[in-house]
Order: sequence, then structure tokens, then C-alpha cells
Amino acid sequence: MLEAVLFFLIVVAGTAGELCVSRAMKSIGEVHEFSPKSILSFVLRSLRLPWMWLGVALMSVGFFSLLAILSFQEVSFVVPVSALSYAAGAFGAKAFLGERISRNRWMGIAVVCLGVTIVWWSKR
Amino acid sequence: MAIPEDFSVHGAFVLLIFLLFSNNGRNEHVTHTRRLQLKTIPLILISIILGPLGNVFLGKAMKSVGSLSSARTLDLVPIASRVLMSGYIWLGIFCLLVFFTVHMLLLTWADYSYVQPATSLSYVSITMLSYFLLGEVISPLRWLGVTVICFGVFLVGRTSPSTTGAPERA
Repeated sequence: MLEAVLFFLIVVAGTAGELCVSRAMKSIGEVHEFSPKSILSFVLRSLRLPWMWLGVALMSVGFFSLLAILSFQEVSFVVPVSALSYAAGAFGAKAFLGERISRNRWMGIAVVCLGVTIVWWSKR
Repeated sequence: MAIPEDFSVHGAFVLLIFLLFSNNGRNEHVTHTRRLQLKTIPLILISIILGPLGNVFLGKAMKSVGSLSSARTLDLVPIASRVLMSGYIWLGIFCLLVFFTVHMLLLTWADYSYVQPATSLSYVSITMLSYFLLGEVISPLRWLGVTVICFGVFLVGRTSPSTTGAPERA
């Protein structure tokens, strides 16, 4: 049960955090220059966005959940199962960022979920 | 464990990646492509190793403090301080930071749809690293699952990287 809660946090909070950061990044726009000065101004600008802070907070929740589950589960079990974030990412990107998910991509995601199911069966 | 089996799975994916590269070679700008590959392939290999290595170190650090599943809320502070004192946690965080930087660097010139299928191999390397470095026993069923996940991630990466505001290219 605890495992399920932690996996939920890793996958959902981690992915939601990435989506928030992605939203913040999109509102800043494409970066064309890579000089230290422009990168610094880019970082400072991104820190002014609430989406960025929400994203970092959610990603931290995901990271600490990962640490917690690693204290009692095998790495070769935890990391493959957290590939579920591909599915969470697709649903989130569709709902939250308005991205269109092609049929091929849904197929790939279904294969990932199948693989995660098989790895879950191998749990000890 | 069935090590030859593991390596044949790995070999199949390496072959797959090389097929991907040889396809690119048919481009008109052969020398340009070659030059790009020369810096792209080593960086992809680095990111395939470093990301999973970071997770392995995190796992090692967390295993050393004992299971959190039976810990009480009051125990969390001493556990956290023990985790922060462990060298492995910082090694893991360092690996993940370098991995993240290399990944970002790659994406400044390489297509996401090229980088992502290649990094699906990291699911194979995480399994091999936890076998060799952490001594985890990988059952054939788990290998099958990992291979299926790799294939799925590979499929996801082969689709168009940008779909917003453009007609669907299914």
C-alpha cells in the first residue's frame, strides 16, 4: 500500500512538476543565446514565474518519494516502474498543455505500461 | 543468473541504435552528419550510464539507513541527517546533475526524437548496474518487462516531437 502511494507521488507529482516547469518555459519563449549572461537572465526570469515554483515544489515531492521507496525496494524494480510517468506525461500534456498525442505515441505508451505490468509481477 | 541472455538483449538494442545511425548516413551532408555523430554518440553513452548510476547511488545510500516503511515520523530527522552524511547520496545527486546537464546539452543540437529512443537504453543499463553494483537478483520476468519498457520508450520517441499548432502527422 505504501509502495502504491509512493509510486503515485513519484509518477504524478514528478510529472505534474515537469508540466508546470514546461508551462513556465513556454511562456518565456525559445532561448537563442547561450552566453553566461543570457542564461543568468533566463534563470532569473524563470524564477519570477509562479508555475516555476509550483513545478520545483512538485518535482521535490517526487524526488523525496523516490528516496523513500529506494530505502526498502530494489532499484531494478523502482526505476522501471517509474517509467509510468510516460503515460502520466501524455495525459497531462494533453489536458494541461493542449498537446496532441498521435496514435503512434499512444501505442508506445501502451507498450510501456505493459512492460511496467510485467516488472510489477516480478516484485518480491 | 542468465548473463548471456542479458547481453543478447543489450546487443539487440545496440544493433537497433546503429541501424538508426546508418540511416542517417544516407543523408547528403555525410561529413556534417559524421561530425555530429562523433560528439553525439559519446554524450548519449555518458547519459545512458550516468543517469542510472545516479539512481544506483541513491539506492545504495537509502538502503544503508534502513527501511523508511516502518519508520515513525519522529525518526525522520535522524534518518535524514544520516542520509545527508552518507557520501553515496551526494555522489548520486552529482551524477544526476551531470546527467541532466549532458542531456540538456545534447538537446541543443540533436533532435529530441533522436535522443529519446537512444536513452531508452538506460532501462537496460539501470538493470545491469543494479545487478553488478548492488547485487540485486534480476529474474527473467523482470528482464522481459524492462525490455518491453525499452521498446515502448523507443516507440514513443520515434513520433513527432512537436504537435502543438501543427497538423497531426500520424
